[in-house]
Amino acid sequence: MNSPIRRLSFVVALLFASLLVSTTLIQFVFAKELNARPDNRRTLLSTYARERGQILVGDTAIAKSVPADNQYKWLRTYPQGTDYEHITGYYSFYGAGGGLEQAENGLLSGSSDKLAFRRVSDFFTGRQTTGASLELTVNAAVQQAAIKALDGRKGAAVALNPSTGEILAMVSNPGYDPNALSGHDLSKVDAAYKKLTNDKDRPLVNRTIGGDLYPPGSTFKIVTAAAALSSGKFQPDSVLPGPAVLDLPQTTTGLPNHGRSPCGPDDTTTLLHAMEISCNTAFGYLGMEIGADALREQAAKFGVGDQISIPMRVTPSSVPAKLNLPQLAQSAVGQYDVRVTPLQVAMLSAGVANHGIVMKPYLVKSVLSSDLSVIERAQPEQLSEAVTPEVAAQLTEMMEAVVQSGSGQPAQIDGVRVAGKTGTAETDRVARAHAWFTGFAPANDPQIAVAVVVENGGDPNSEARGGGAVAGPIAKAMLEAGLKK
Amino acid sequence: MTTVSSLASRKGRNVELGLLVFAVAIVALAYINVGVAVEGAIPPSLVAVGSGFVIITAVFHLVMRWRAPYADPLILPIATLLNGLGLVMINRLDLANGRDLAEGMALRQLMWSAIAAALAIAALIILRDHRILRRYTYLAGALGFGLLLLPLVPGLGVENYGSRIWIAVGPFSFQPGEVAKIVLAIFFAGYLVQTRDALSVADRRILGLTLPRGRDLGPILVAWMLSVGVLVLEKDLGSSLLFFGLFVAMLYVATERTSWVAIGMLLFCVGCYIANMIFSHVQRRVLLWLDTFSREALDTSDQLARGIMGMASGGMFGTGLGRGRPDLTYFAESDFIIPSFGEEIGLIGLFALLLLYVLLIERGLRTAIGARDGFGKLLASGLAFSVALQCFVVVGGVTRVIPLTGLTMPFLSQGGSSLLANWTLVALLLRISDHARRPVPDPAAPNPVASNQTQVVRLR
Repeated sequence: MNSPIRRLSFVVALLFASLLVSTTLIQFVFAKELNARPDNRRTLLSTYARERGQILVGDTAIAKSVPADNQYKWLRTYPQGTDYEHITGYYSFYGAGGGLEQAENGLLSGSSDKLAFRRVSDFFTGRQTTGASLELTVNAAVQQAAIKALDGRKGAAVALNPSTGEILAMVSNPGYDPNALSGHDLSKVDAAYKKLTNDKDRPLVNRTIGGDLYPPGSTFKIVTAAAALSSGKFQPDSVLPGPAVLDLPQTTTGLPNHGRSPCGPDDTTTLLHAMEISCNTAFGYLGMEIGADALREQAAKFGVGDQISIPMRVTPSSVPAKLNLPQLAQSAVGQYDVRVTPLQVAMLSAGVANHGIVMKPYLVKSVLSSDLSVIERAQPEQLSEAVTPEVAAQLTEMMEAVVQSGSGQPAQIDGVRVAGKTGTAETDRVARAHAWFTGFAPANDPQIAVAVVVENGGDPNSEARGGGAVAGPIAKAMLEAGLKK
Repeated sequence: MTTVSSLASRKGRNVELGLLVFAVAIVALAYINVGVAVEGAIPPSLVAVGSGFVIITAVFHLVMRWRAPYADPLILPIATLLNGLGLVMINRLDLANGRDLAEGMALRQLMWSAIAAALAIAALIILRDHRILRRYTYLAGALGFGLLLLPLVPGLGVENYGSRIWIAVGPFSFQPGEVAKIVLAIFFAGYLVQTRDALSVADRRILGLTLPRGRDLGPILVAWMLSVGVLVLEKDLGSSLLFFGLFVAMLYVATERTSWVAIGMLLFCVGCYIANMIFSHVQRRVLLWLDTFSREALDTSDQLARGIMGMASGGMFGTGLGRGRPDLTYFAESDFIIPSFGEEIGLIGLFALLLLYVLLIERGLRTAIGARDGFGKLLASGLAFSVALQCFVVVGGVTRVIPLTGLTMPFLSQGGSSLLANWTLVALLLRISDHARRPVPDPAAPNPVASNQTQVVRLR
């Protein structure tokens, strides 16, 4: 009977080997996956029990955890309320949502691999592990100026430092109060969340980098002009046809100017002047001259189509892959199916301002440990070279003319050379067009580039009364705030 | 069968004492660890619980020196350590749920440990030789089957959480399947020792397997029907698998015929397949097993998912005793005590725990090899294998190796019936091992009687 007993012990070994495998699979191989499950209450409780890192603008915390006298131990608060919600996002029972709370959850909660060494030292010193804090690139003055100037109107505003890609301001209207979502009263949080998700204006969406995106309108003429100048076939003083309505091949409808008046005497104009007054017919012609591929390539060089994380994921802007000639003419003036984020439009100006080099935009300047020592510092990164320095200079000159004497005059600042471009993007659905302005200042030494869009804020019949009048002053306020030392 | 191994004749009682001190020390440290982690101070209940635990251990050890001096020195320390760690975890869950010592489960578990140990001690004292049990083979058989089917008696059995494996008499509830396991092992051992020659007669060879004669299929078919009956009527795959697996394993040990194992596994698979086709409660278990995290399964029960997420949160090193949230899983102190340990002592701690069981089972099987009689061999291997099978069913159930069932982890899980049964099992193993390791009188040694001149009677 001894040999079957020995074989039985082999069976026992097999049984237990299977248990060692199954426990290893759960506690080691798939542990990370299981812990990341949204319905994992342990993870939720343990992340709530740990002090989450702060989000800082300058020395001010725009998101911080304060001790709470209940089982969750910490309450996430946003002292500035509705000023930074699209940057911070919110931290709720549903997990971290939107903004940096979600995008940098690992760092803020302290679970990121970048903090592994710290956790080990916490383990041995018995120190309570806390999340890392994020110091932002945001300039509070620019952010406040944008909020004040937008004055609650639906739309978005972004400001960039052209030479680094630092995001100086990021405002999206309508917004929400993240404190309403981060509370510990589940039924209240639930009600607030339902209300926000059911709102047809979608206040949870950060319009500067996502949502449905916008048609860029005439701000896209920067791209068309860049492509034309880069081709070598056109100069700022090149004479272009500028009728009231441009005849388009293959179709009976033409491409009209805003206000349906010609752009110059004898229905002709120069590239410089066309830019200045935002002449649709001249740019429609230019688009057809340079071709769809050149236009698309130029757009791509400015970052259109790129997957960018700031660290929130930015919805890529797009130029349609197939364009016939009429569609190409329309696209060249930012109509048809061209779709952009306000961040992308700001990158157009920033690229021109930075001598043709587009910097990768980012929000987090440095990652700090709980004792405020720097764990990681962001390095500016070049995204692409959009145009040569020469073309950039020509574009700057043209954009300066827009603000000096063209459609962008409302953005003028005393004693500062401002460069810009207005836009009035018509949408099919509504009578009033989206009002755009993008630009940078000072033109001779760019410090700040902005893009502003006010939804349905513009008069479709006049570029000056559209983008210039509505979005121009907002951009001006932001530029001024950014230049104030 | 007649192998006589000359195992070391060292008694090993001092080794046992050393290991017991070690086991008690680990338990005390773990207990203090929990108190410090949860309440920030050495728990005041340490004296009460600790002294109770030490007294039980000390008395048991003294009885061992008196009644079973040659018994295996590892079995008692391992059982003590597991029992103590179970106490620690149950106390830890008491704290998490805000129960103090008086109303908590830990004190009751300690009380049951004392009763169970007392019963085991009594068994060691009364039962001087395990072979006496062979006289009660058929009584044990009747008792075992009776116990197994007892929960089906109307008015006596109660259905808890889908399984009908409990009986309730007044304020007491009891899982008769735990005791049935031991009684049936006695029955199988006695029965198979008698019939093993008949059952191992070879008939035909098919596919390399030597098949038994058709008329010898009776016993395995009866066992199979009973186990399927348990599966269907008591809705408990665990008891069914435990009972049938025990029988097949002992049948194999008795006859040395692999064909019995093949037939047994085939029958069991057929039974499971049919049950899964017909019965919705079996299908539900299978769904929970295969698709634990699907919406449908979570709506049925998220207990398994919670246990697994608890284990995952423990990771490699665990959260530390008292620092996890095992209380988030239902039945964290009984069926799900393994996930509770996994969460707090980590994968490494869980491995150590499982290896303790392996060691215990290995000592049991070693006892079987060393036993000098067929009945002892069969009984020891059956008892040891039943522990292995039960561990597999429980741990496999909570880690998705097999569908989850309602069995308890031997020694660790909260529950009186489980403790009573497993300590009695340990007493039997100790008794057999005492017999197996007892030195055989050396025939070569000068025997004062043998050296006397023998009177020779001449027959004419």
